[in-house]
Amino acid sequence: MTAVQQSSSSTMLAQEFLTFVLGDETYGLDIMTVKEIRGYESATKIANAPSYIKGVINLRGDIVPIIDLRIKFGIGEATYNEWTIVIMLNVKDRIVGIVVDSVSDVMNFDAEDIRPAPEFGVTFDSRYLHGLASMDEQMIIIVDIEELISSDELGLFDTAHA
Amino acid sequence: MDNLNQFNEVFFEEAQEHLETMETLLLAYDIDAPDIEDLNSVFRAAHSIKGGSGIFGFTAMTGLTHVMENMLDAARNQTLRLNSNLITVLLETVDVLKDVLDSYREENEIDWPMVEAAQATLEQAHANVMSTTKPDQETTEPQPNSAQEAQEAQDFGFFDDEPETNQVVSVSQEDDSFGFFDEETASVDTEEGFGFFEDVTETGVEDPSFGLFESETSPPVVDASEKSPQETVKSESAVVKKASKTGAETKTEATSIRVDTLKIDKLVNLVGELVITQSMLNLIGNDVQDSVMEKMQGALAELERNTREIQEAVMSVRMLPISFVFNRFPRLVRDLSVKLDKKIDLVIEGAATEIDKNLVEKISDPLTHLIRNSIDHGIEAPEQRLAKGKNETGTVILSAAQKGGEIVISISDDGAGLNRERILNKALENGISLPEPLTDEAIWQLIFAPGFSTAAEVTDVSGRGVGMDVVKRNIEALGGRVEIFSVPGMGATFQINLPLTLAIVDGMCVEASDQVFVIPLVNIVESIQPTKAQIKIIKNNPILWVREEYWPLVDIAQSLANDQAHSDLEKAIVVLVETAKSRFGLIVDGLVGQQQVVIKSLERHFRRVEGVAGATIMGDGSVALILDVESLTQFIQADIKGGMAHDSSAAIEF
Repeated sequence: MTAVQQSSSSTMLAQEFLTFVLGDETYGLDIMTVKEIRGYESATKIANAPSYIKGVINLRGDIVPIIDLRIKFGIGEATYNEWTIVIMLNVKDRIVGIVVDSVSDVMNFDAEDIRPAPEFGVTFDSRYLHGLASMDEQMIIIVDIEELISSDELGLFDTAHA
Repeated sequence: MDNLNQFNEVFFEEAQEHLETMETLLLAYDIDAPDIEDLNSVFRAAHSIKGGSGIFGFTAMTGLTHVMENMLDAARNQTLRLNSNLITVLLETVDVLKDVLDSYREENEIDWPMVEAAQATLEQAHANVMSTTKPDQETTEPQPNSAQEAQEAQDFGFFDDEPETNQVVSVSQEDDSFGFFDEETASVDTEEGFGFFEDVTETGVEDPSFGLFESETSPPVVDASEKSPQETVKSESAVVKKASKTGAETKTEATSIRVDTLKIDKLVNLVGELVITQSMLNLIGNDVQDSVMEKMQGALAELERNTREIQEAVMSVRMLPISFVFNRFPRLVRDLSVKLDKKIDLVIEGAATEIDKNLVEKISDPLTHLIRNSIDHGIEAPEQRLAKGKNETGTVILSAAQKGGEIVISISDDGAGLNRERILNKALENGISLPEPLTDEAIWQLIFAPGFSTAAEVTDVSGRGVGMDVVKRNIEALGGRVEIFSVPGMGATFQINLPLTLAIVDGMCVEASDQVFVIPLVNIVESIQPTKAQIKIIKNNPILWVREEYWPLVDIAQSLANDQAHSDLEKAIVVLVETAKSRFGLIVDGLVGQQQVVIKSLERHFRRVEGVAGATIMGDGSVALILDVESLTQFIQADIKGGMAHDSSAAIEF
């Protein structure tokens, strides 16, 4: 498990990515970070938290935060219906849920399939990107989800303060 | 022989206990009025370790305990007086033994030079005392051995009744068979045979520590030697059978078992889940159809009662007497007082107070630090104390008590007390902002400020790694708080208040802005629906006149749910709460009910949230936030707080 995660951040050998849709864009993240996928349920609101933090839910006894990347990065419209999906991620020993419009597929990419992202035209800061990959004419933005979730910008973890 | 591994484990555990016994008793040893019974216990502990380590081949411990045993034996036969120097040497030997034991346990390389050095020191100390104190008696070096053997014979009755004959034999035999056997036994292959022949073993077991064997019977040795040939055949089974029984001597301890803490934690978590499931069922039970309604309700009530009992039982498994922490401090105090050349008595009170196991582990470091602090900075040197007309010996009182839902641990010394001027100067020097108003209590709290250098602290004694700010942080992380009381010249008291347990809280569930919040019951004074007459307005903010007092208000919907504040207080419910420092009211939409909730950490997967102590899972599976009343005070309108602090009644106009 850890070995795989390490390779994801450093060497990027051939690996599987879960692709999901935010607005009109397709993103991919390392499937090894995915704990489970579930439907959206309303979360308990957290006081004085930024709007992209939807709150916390009970994941079989664990209190887990849910964030909506659509709100954070202004992609598409933050609507919640029966098809809205939450991807539960295991990041740095914590569980975090991200709200997405839909989950599409699991894809294999080799390291050379992933090209560096251009400096412009991408919603995410390049720090959080591994690069771009294409599959059947479709462009997939490969996100370094670990970096993104644990970033100070999202402020999900306390580490920045401690 | 795989079986041996499991016996090794037993030996390790028991040797550990024996070492702790030795340490405790040696610390309690009164040089002027020695308690022979205590000495006997220490001797027996050393002897047990020696015997056990010999059998299992842990030779590094055998040699050391052998020398120790000699010294202790001489002491209990009063041919040698233990002075504080010898006690120190013995304690150091116990430390070495602990290290060696750990090395064996972890299968590490034994530090032989250390062992040999310790043995030499011990022998040297023994020889010194013998030569200085007993030149006139006929007792000579070898004699403690024979005296010891004779003593064993009397104590444990497994030697024949002639100490005279034994003396010769056992002294010569001492080195390899530890005097457990007399001549007949020695003819059997000792190494193989020991502990595996039923009767030989039983004679050998004057030693409670092996614990593998029953020791209540001590048949005559003759019997043993006769039986041993045929016993050899079934040696294996005999050991196994006996291992399961544990020694009679240890029977009193056999009422407890050792359990991996992870298992207990898991149990506690599962019970937490069970409580949640149970309240889910309760909710469903309310909706069932009439035909089964009554039966269902009855069964649910039963389930609820059982669940609560299981919960209480499981929680009590986690409770340990605080002596688990306190017991390590006599040694600390002794070592420090020697090092600092101060005379100090440590008084321990309430060591039986029970405390959550998780707290036990975490409170140890802060307490160690505070005790060091008291001895280092609090208690004065003996000359100073005499000059001040105090008893030369300083006293540090370490006490624990349960008060309501809290454990109160206090560390009091009768030293100099905190020095107001020096703390203030130090704070100014380090650029720490001073509190307003400058009360004593506020000044004492300054020593917990980060950056309040401990190296050159109040009494200029340096050399400690951690600062007081870490102590405070650690205690607060446990949901506790520290208070300081100090009287110049009379001493200082550090008082720590800790919650009884970290896992469950009695709470009142309230509703605000369509969300449920839990208010810890300990904080609640009363819940009221305010009448028009009780509501007063100060600077556009409502406050409440109840119980002959003005209560500032915090609107939960506004502060914690990003919602509109209540416009009509008469329709809302106000929960009056109090903390150690403040009293105020919480405005909510309504009360949902009282219930025990399992505290779940928000920080585990998220982060700390102001005003919230944690979260819990409600009966319907949703998450509710548990309020941290203490930190909710920050939501009180600042101007009201100021007004309240200065004058609680006269300033009110409307």
